[in-house]
Amino acid sequence: MSAPVSGSPASVPAPGNRTAMPARRGWLAGLGLLPFGAYVVIFLALPTLLAVGTGFFDADGAVTLDNVAALGDPVVLQTFGNTLWLSLITSVVGAVIGALVCYALVGTKPAGALRSFVDAASGVLAQFAGVMLAFAFIAVIGAQGVVTLLLADAGIDIYSGGIWLYDLPGLILPYLYFQIPLMVITFLPALEGLKPQWAEANSTLGGSALSFWTRIGIPVLAPSFFGSLLLLFANAFSAYGTAAALISQGSPIVPLQIRGALSSEVLLGRANLAGALALGMIVIMAIVMGAYALLQRRASRWQR
Amino acid sequence: MTPSRTTRWIILGIVGALFAIPIVGMIAFTLRGGLEGGLTLDRWLALFDPEEARGYTPVFRGLGNSLILVLVTVVVMLALLVPTMVLVRLRFPQLRPIMEFVCLLPISIPAIVLVVGLAPIYQGLSRAFGSGIWTLALAYVVLVLPFSYRAIQANLDAVDVTTLTEASRSLGAGWTTTLFRVILPNLRRGLLAAALISVAVVLGEFTFASLLSRVNLQTSLLVVSKQDPYGAVIFTLLALLFAFLLLIVIGRVGAGRTPRKAS
Repeated sequence: MSAPVSGSPASVPAPGNRTAMPARRGWLAGLGLLPFGAYVVIFLALPTLLAVGTGFFDADGAVTLDNVAALGDPVVLQTFGNTLWLSLITSVVGAVIGALVCYALVGTKPAGALRSFVDAASGVLAQFAGVMLAFAFIAVIGAQGVVTLLLADAGIDIYSGGIWLYDLPGLILPYLYFQIPLMVITFLPALEGLKPQWAEANSTLGGSALSFWTRIGIPVLAPSFFGSLLLLFANAFSAYGTAAALISQGSPIVPLQIRGALSSEVLLGRANLAGALALGMIVIMAIVMGAYALLQRRASRWQR
Repeated sequence: MTPSRTTRWIILGIVGALFAIPIVGMIAFTLRGGLEGGLTLDRWLALFDPEEARGYTPVFRGLGNSLILVLVTVVVMLALLVPTMVLVRLRFPQLRPIMEFVCLLPISIPAIVLVVGLAPIYQGLSRAFGSGIWTLALAYVVLVLPFSYRAIQANLDAVDVTTLTEASRSLGAGWTTTLFRVILPNLRRGLLAAALISVAVVLGEFTFASLLSRVNLQTSLLVVSKQDPYGAVIFTLLALLFAFLLLIVIGRVGAGRTPRKAS
């Protein structure tokens, strides 16, 4: 990532430059990129490599595949399965509901009061993931929560099958609370890219509202929709704060298992397991974000 | 193509009502009377009562730490990002895709993964610089990179930096004068937006602080919530309100951008 300096700084002058700068000046300017390059190497590249790399060493520093092999452990596999399941459910439900909200906003004035409110509220709630989100849901549907007690008065016991809020299923509702707003933020621009002329062309040619959506709307929006869905998936997959505050016993999802491996390093000498888990997460994130980049490229065709 | 009025309000009404439940629920929770029932403002008033507020000391210390982190993060982020982005724009336009890729990369690397690799780095940092809270801000700069980059780049794209620089240089200004008196004033909206979004991200950060054993606003709230769930919810409501206002300010800053031709 420090490659910028070794590139050919002087050979391609900026478009506005009258003549190519002398090579010496080019190297000097290249030095100006060094601080940023060095910073990114120390605080982004190095931690990532260390995180993934520690998985290949044991506590004494010898190269081992034991930790990576631990990824095949039934408990670890189960945890990855749980995390993927949680991410899939919250991203699909979040994407569908979020897309409906975007649809409801089509045709409203971009600078109008309704849109400004929805924009600001979505921005806040999409960033709301974390400890505070857990407090909110404990206050509302915790064992002594406001809604829990209201429903109990009405004779409905949401915890008749046991208290699920502090376990894996309890994460679904809080996660949806930041997934739906994130979908609104990421998908709304795509929906706005639908040109009114396309609708006009459709009706001029005798098409119906149904044919507009099946022949034009959905095919054009599909890449953006699935792109946003992948972003939501990645978002849920890497979320940590809410789960950390809500679940104090057990580690049903991978980020919590990493917490466990990190904090138990003295006891069990399993700090390097955190590295192997991190490797597993990085691989899944790379696949998801790679697919996202491909879909974005396809989606951008219609947004010129 | 556009939904009917009824469809629109049915969708927005249902989703809006569902999203209002936790907010209204939290407010009701903080107002809930004790054993005798009813409503009470006591818990909100306790926040402003020096006697009662003693229980919140950890939160205020966490908030103080977070404010230091906000300050250091914003300063380091601006000092690092702005000169580099201007330089790339002026001299190395061919490097822009790489710059963009690097800056957006932290979105794809979960914080929980980064923290595994940051732990050994912070052991070294603590030995070199002591265990002051500010070192944590160095890692936060990476977290705010994607958001700050987008805010500044949007502004940079809207300003003809090349012409401005040539004008300034041909009038005899040095590079420092050009950067501080010509380029930066033209980027002030982007810089302000980048700073504000960084404030929001840093105040909400939990993963790094918690797993690197530092105290910030979020970790202290988690500690307080164990004894006083009501206090934690009050601070959550205040934080939501603050974030909402901050976002409206960011929106104003962004919307106020007038199309500017090279002046």
